[in-house]
Amino acid sequence: MNTGQPDPAAPSGPGERGAATPLLEMRSVNAHYGAVHALVDVNLSIYQGELVCLLGGNASGKSTTLKTLLGMLKPTSGEVVLDGEVVNDKPTSYRVARGVTMVPENRRLFKRLTVRENLDLGAYLRTDSDQIAADMEQIFELFPRVKERLNQKSGTLSGGEQQMVAIGRALMANPRVLLMDEPSMGLAPALVQQNFELIQQIHQAGLTVFMVEQNANMALSIADRGWVLQTGRVVLDDTAENLLAHPDLQASYLGTAEQ
Amino acid sequence: MTRWAPRRGKPHTGVDWFLTFMRVAALTVIGLGLLAFIAQEINTDNPFAQWANPDATGLTGAQFQGLIISGVTQGAMYGLIALGYSMVYGVLGFINFAHGEVFMVGAMTGMITSNKLADAGLWESNFVGSLVFIMVVSILVCSLTAVIMERVAYRPLRGSPRLIPLITSIGVSFFLQNASVVLLGPAAKAYPDVPDWIRTKHTFLDIEGAKILVILVAAVSMICLYYFVERTKSGKAMRAVAEDAEIAALMGIDVNRTIVKVFALGGAMAGMAGILWGILFRSVIHTTGFLPGIKAFSAAVVGGIGHLGGAMAGGLSIGVAESVGPLVILEPLGVSGVSQLRDAVAFAVLIGVLLLRPSGLFGERLPAEDRT
Repeated sequence: MNTGQPDPAAPSGPGERGAATPLLEMRSVNAHYGAVHALVDVNLSIYQGELVCLLGGNASGKSTTLKTLLGMLKPTSGEVVLDGEVVNDKPTSYRVARGVTMVPENRRLFKRLTVRENLDLGAYLRTDSDQIAADMEQIFELFPRVKERLNQKSGTLSGGEQQMVAIGRALMANPRVLLMDEPSMGLAPALVQQNFELIQQIHQAGLTVFMVEQNANMALSIADRGWVLQTGRVVLDDTAENLLAHPDLQASYLGTAEQ
Repeated sequence: MTRWAPRRGKPHTGVDWFLTFMRVAALTVIGLGLLAFIAQEINTDNPFAQWANPDATGLTGAQFQGLIISGVTQGAMYGLIALGYSMVYGVLGFINFAHGEVFMVGAMTGMITSNKLADAGLWESNFVGSLVFIMVVSILVCSLTAVIMERVAYRPLRGSPRLIPLITSIGVSFFLQNASVVLLGPAAKAYPDVPDWIRTKHTFLDIEGAKILVILVAAVSMICLYYFVERTKSGKAMRAVAEDAEIAALMGIDVNRTIVKVFALGGAMAGMAGILWGILFRSVIHTTGFLPGIKAFSAAVVGGIGHLGGAMAGGLSIGVAESVGPLVILEPLGVSGVSQLRDAVAFAVLIGVLLLRPSGLFGERLPAEDRT
């Protein structure tokens, strides 16, 4: 986990990007599921130190975007660029080893494995055992509850605790950018609030976060920038304040939700 | 949690009542058999002992112990084979019916290697060394067979409905059996003679050396496997893939390689069992794998498929049941020709477990969404 303060030189808003290379980028990516055109010319760029979000209703292509970024789905055209390198043909493990990690929707912990084993698996590709141990200590500082439950099967934890383990497991990979798939999904409202606070917390600790969300108001309240996806196309691309104020935001949402 | 009777508040279907009837009938037969057996053991003249079987004789302590020991020996081998079924099911969710044939390949490999060693005179002069050698060769050959099987037959079918690899595995099973006939001929083949200490009974508990060997080797193999799966990084990866392959890939785990490792490990256990079988029975034929294979599959189900400790426990249960069951439960009930009923008893155990505890002895009931 990169715990240093965000690099003051790093751009944090769309206006200040300048010539910096994005950490993770999609360049006019198209993706298909059979005949279904799931992503249409999608352009995204995520810069070091940002907290950005991708919004959209059901079937708008949010999960497809994540799958494409992680290499679980190959784009039919366009480029996925990780820190300046085109990674279209690289497997998931290559991207994970280079700092792209996802917290999946609904947490998806290995329920029959203990909390410790879940965290160990997060660090599966790493070999720097001293640093792994140090990172685990930092996760315990962030989530003291996780330490109490360390030897328990993760399936026996409460929803909120599972969320902490899921984030902890992702942090164990020492990511440079953390992808969060629907962090508010399947959680009680109080836990959603807690979860967004966690995301803010790890972002403030210096981590770049890309979150995919249906709950636009919630996501935009903590994000720097955002995109709105509608049936596979980016229809809005703006700062969080502008998006919140945008008259089309709600409309574009309802439009997709009806389908 | 077991539902003994149809769930309250739900309409009772004919099937529910039938299952309840079967559960009661199975438990009654076992209960009556046991009671009659105990009565016989107390005194063969008492009326309850002669109630169903007037010729009741009971068993002597030594006989009973002998039955238990051969049951445990047999069961340990079933358990070793069952591990392969259970692990592959855990990771890929289908039953690899060709696994029994991998065991047969192990027994054949052991037969060929040991005869070669016997020709060279090494088998007699250095039996323990030769035994270790044939075990290593058999493990390698069986692992390789299992890995090739996965690569050629199952990997191309990954993602297809589970029935398809299942049917394919039956095809692979035929292929291996017939390959054995083509390469080695249809006749039964013998292992070379084993030293006396393997064949004769030892003062220690009055057990044959071969049985001690089988139980020890099986226990050591099981412990090694357990350690590997529970403690090593590869083992952790296997358990992760078994639970959620997609998320395991997200952790950077190479799912294909992990599956290959699972097949190799299962093959190694079957190879070990093949050698033990050869040393114990000293004869092998191309159909050797069939019945032990099916029984080991039953053992995996009895123990709770996907659970390693369960596979071993299931193997021991079936081994002991088929060895002890005919004389302890069926004989006192006056069933004739009980010694022929071993196989029936083994599969009755499977049916009984499926009736009373469908998830197996150690199996956990997962919500439907966890297994699709």
